[in-house]
Amino acid sequence: MDLDLTEDQEAIRDVFADFFTSETGPERARAAEPVGFDAAAWERLIETGAPGMGVAADLGGGGASLADLAVVAEEAGAQIAPLPLVDHQVTARLLASVGGCDDDVLSGAAIAGLGVRPVEDGIASTVPTGAVAGRLVALDGDRLIAVTGPVGDPLANHGCLPLAHREVGEATVLAEGPEAVAAYDRGLDEWRTLTASTLVGITRTALDLGVAYVKEREQFGRPVGSFQAVQHLLADLPGLLNGARLLTAKAAWAGDRASAGESGVLDVDANDVTDFGALATMALVVAGEAAATSTDRSLHVHGGYGFSEEYDIQLFFRRARALALLLGDPARECRRLADRMFPDPAAA
Amino acid sequence: MDFSLGPQTTEFRDQIRVFVAEHLTTEVVDRMHATGTFNDRDLNGALADAGLLAGAVPGYGDRDPIELYVLFNELEKAGAPYDGLAVTMLVAGVVNAVGTDFHREAVLDHLLTGRYNCCLGYSEPDHGSDVAAITTRAVREGDSWVINGQKMWTTMAHEADWVMLLTRTNPDVPKHKGLTMFLVPMDTPGIEVQSVPTMATERTNATFYDEVRVGDEWRLGEVDGGWTVMGVALAFERGVMGGTNPAVPLLRHVRNWATTAPSPDGGRMLDDPVLRERMARTAIANQVSQLLTLRAAWIAATGGLPGLEGSMAKLYATEQYQQAVGWFQQMAGAEGLLGFHADGAAADGWIDYDARHAPVTTIYGGTTEINRNNVAERHLGLPRAR
Repeated sequence: MDLDLTEDQEAIRDVFADFFTSETGPERARAAEPVGFDAAAWERLIETGAPGMGVAADLGGGGASLADLAVVAEEAGAQIAPLPLVDHQVTARLLASVGGCDDDVLSGAAIAGLGVRPVEDGIASTVPTGAVAGRLVALDGDRLIAVTGPVGDPLANHGCLPLAHREVGEATVLAEGPEAVAAYDRGLDEWRTLTASTLVGITRTALDLGVAYVKEREQFGRPVGSFQAVQHLLADLPGLLNGARLLTAKAAWAGDRASAGESGVLDVDANDVTDFGALATMALVVAGEAAATSTDRSLHVHGGYGFSEEYDIQLFFRRARALALLLGDPARECRRLADRMFPDPAAA
Repeated sequence: MDFSLGPQTTEFRDQIRVFVAEHLTTEVVDRMHATGTFNDRDLNGALADAGLLAGAVPGYGDRDPIELYVLFNELEKAGAPYDGLAVTMLVAGVVNAVGTDFHREAVLDHLLTGRYNCCLGYSEPDHGSDVAAITTRAVREGDSWVINGQKMWTTMAHEADWVMLLTRTNPDVPKHKGLTMFLVPMDTPGIEVQSVPTMATERTNATFYDEVRVGDEWRLGEVDGGWTVMGVALAFERGVMGGTNPAVPLLRHVRNWATTAPSPDGGRMLDDPVLRERMARTAIANQVSQLLTLRAAWIAATGGLPGLEGSMAKLYATEQYQQAVGWFQQMAGAEGLLGFHADGAAADGWIDYDARHAPVTTIYGGTTEINRNNVAERHLGLPRAR
């Protein structure tokens, strides 16, 4: 048992907190709207080695664990960095797992993205990085495919994310059959975990913005943060933040264990869960709700200013919802989880 | 981070699971709900005999708080009567931290056998959350103290051997500074215990203190230093010693029920997509509650004071539990209203029980509002509201 970051992870956190604060942040996110991509910041990010850091060292990557990447993703989320980093890292790892990660993807010179919904009728819909990723990896039936080609037309959207539909057209088949589905599912669970971590970062900054505002803003002759009704809206949030961060970290830990060949357990009756797939889904659901609640309450305590474009909280509010819904209704994710946790006893 | 318990703690947990499987009989659980006494001396004694109790005293010996958490979490998940034991071990921890050699010999050694109990005398009829305003008086007479007053919610007083009693020793200073804590033997003349039944099965008490005379050796901590002793107790209490995973047995009962219960739409309740979603959400919240509790235990294990993290864990876990209880009772319909062993009762009455029990969880052990105040002021640094 150890619930603290390692010294290396603390160093990674500090380095990337500095990077995302100086190279990205709410102003840059605002400037990058509506597409949601900052090409200059991506060039700087390439210099840090972050795009390939999650690929094994013997394959030319940085050898970072999923737990390490989660630390980076939280810092990116805290600054709502308009960068396709999580999607790129996850896709690079997925490509590497099937022997298809080339130097351009490793370095980040070519941006890679994941189709998080299955291809239907030759179309990958609302790909999270579809408007910026030249390399697209997706699951078409039981084939894991890679598409290289022009990026898609950006779709106007709630979170100003670089969403686009993509025609798969001529695709390279990376793997086929159960092996392909397993590799894709694993990649998608990594995407859930790191997207959850991004949402944890959003939860954190939204809370910080709300607290800072209510300490400063005065009404009736005193800071609005001295009113108990306002305090209690915010006082629920640190628990949601810590809970989402712990569950996401546990999912990343379970993912790293699974990579090392250790199997997990899913025993709901005893509340023992170390299964990566289950934890990844749980983390995304919990972090999505934490981010929605945190941004909702923080925006509310800003009063009318929270609704104006001028204030940053609305940037966090919209991204919180967008990232949480890219995979579909969280209720559906819960039912998918239920199918694993509560199987038909007759079938067992 | 490493979320595995490690070999030593896993072995400890497995010992508790074996113990629970062997000792937690239907008879024990039925007796607990029939009497309202969530304490079983035989069970506690057997725990001590099996060598599993010494780790349950916070801050005592070489056991770490992770094991303390594991013990109470396993008992809670199993639905065992652990409330009385938790209070007793909490007092044991306070005695260990601030007590004298006399207290250790006269009280702590007994508590470690599992066959003696304590109760907490903090709240009064007119002073609940504002506990520092209590008025039960202790007046010094030579080497003794004479205590007069009344306490409320002294759960387990009818079985307790000692009460950890918060008294006012100085009414002329700010309220926090005139309090003194005592350990009072419950067989001291002048103490009366009256039963206070509750809407759930658990029984609590009111206790009356009329010219109760104890020697100065029963004072715990400094004269007028009672608030400091309270702080030690609260830091131990919040989060780590059970109370944050009540929805684990609830979900187990619901699942067992849904596996066979017919749905009004045909098929079984377990096939109902809304129920399945809510069961999954409950399982997810159970993980989060566990992790927030573990975080508090981890901070204690690494030398910190986990009071705020305990507040966060309690806030989250109790509200999630209440939400889950509401969902499941609603979905069980009329059968969810039926009590233990009633013909046709959903989950043999467990849903009715949890729906009765759930409201108190955001009240006792620090209300949700007090916990929010703590987090707002001490964690977020917001100005004091009161």
